[in-house]
Amino acid sequence: MYEFAYHRPASVAEAVKLLAADPEAKLISGGMSLIPVLKQRLARPSALIDLGAIPDLVGISVSATTVTVKGRTTHAAVAASAEVRRAIPALAELASHIGDAQVRNRGTIGGSIAHNDPTADYPSAVLALGATVHTSRRTIAADDFFTGLFTTALEPDEIVTAVEFPIPDKAAYVKFPNPASRYAMVGVFVAKGPMGVRVAVTGAGAKGVFRHAAMEEALAKSWSPEALEGITTPAENLTTDIHASREYRAHLIGVMAKRAVAKAG
Amino acid sequence: MPKVSLTVNGKPVTVEVENRTLLVEMLREQLRLTGTHVGCDTSQCGACVVHVNGASVKSCTILAVQCEGTEVLTIEGLAAPDGTLHPMQEAFREYHALQCGFCTPGMVMSAIDLVQRNPQGLSDREIREGLEGNLCRCTGYHNIVRAIAAAQVVMHGKAKELPRAVE
Repeated sequence: MYEFAYHRPASVAEAVKLLAADPEAKLISGGMSLIPVLKQRLARPSALIDLGAIPDLVGISVSATTVTVKGRTTHAAVAASAEVRRAIPALAELASHIGDAQVRNRGTIGGSIAHNDPTADYPSAVLALGATVHTSRRTIAADDFFTGLFTTALEPDEIVTAVEFPIPDKAAYVKFPNPASRYAMVGVFVAKGPMGVRVAVTGAGAKGVFRHAAMEEALAKSWSPEALEGITTPAENLTTDIHASREYRAHLIGVMAKRAVAKAG
Repeated sequence: MPKVSLTVNGKPVTVEVENRTLLVEMLREQLRLTGTHVGCDTSQCGACVVHVNGASVKSCTILAVQCEGTEVLTIEGLAAPDGTLHPMQEAFREYHALQCGFCTPGMVMSAIDLVQRNPQGLSDREIREGLEGNLCRCTGYHNIVRAIAAAQVVMHGKAKELPRAVE
């Protein structure tokens, strides 16, 4: 790792101030993506601003219609939350299969969505459930939040403080994990409820997570795995790499989507 | 140089580190606690697992400065002062859950966290899933799974003595 300064602010306001004062600084939450990047010297931030000492950023609250997860809440906490399991079991289930147990003990929802890795799990839940991202200065609708590979609508000095998920009637997430890295080669999150019928695909899009309009239309008419029969995904906008061709990923999207609808019931 | 103050295996310590010093580097090179191993150094193999505030983490993927004020437990902190092994260590010994031993410290630390988080008890399949972040290249995992299954019985107070591997 290159050298960097280290700050440990006690409040979001203080963190925003530090971030605004230094355009080369980076936020660190769980560090499960950032630290490996630093170790490989792929990034050279002037400073790390650690969100780890801000108690206000941790916690889960559930109302009659929403589940709100604060930004620095770990995947392990979401997976273990009885309230989340009751309100949106698909969300707890997704969190319980991110990385491995040690990654889940450190990695956070805010870090995951702000990083917007195209193979991360959480972005699909945020997009399919039509969540609202709360930040240090505003709220951002899920449809406006993810703007491309590793990029989001966040301003350089803006911090994710919470994600508010509407509670769906039905939802499920199924992924095909890369056998070595466990990242999603394809992951499909389906949801039906006040947000309408939404299908989000992660792991496959060349520009990151995306909604699948044809599948949404078919499932809105008939919520069943059979409704997805014959719906194909154009391969040209998908990722191709040593693990899978874009055509294979296009095929997997159909398989994972059907499994997800079957699982959601 | 920055200083980090924390508790390691029950003892308060203050260590001078660089901001970029990893927890595992501080443990091994400065505190000389070399039981925690570095295998892959890319957060995949789990040989470096320690507990930070009771949660298993990969100490190659956390900065020492992030551990300010925390309680860190390493493999060296498990046995009682009189040398009595932790039930998980005893189970690994009894069930021969290791061959070369390189992955063992991380395996034991992950296994303890896994068992502690699941007071209802774990099936063999759940143990295997729980060990996803730990790689062993010798054993094929069979005896590791058996050891953890045996240790959980003792750790949850359902038996005083570890079930013997061979009657």
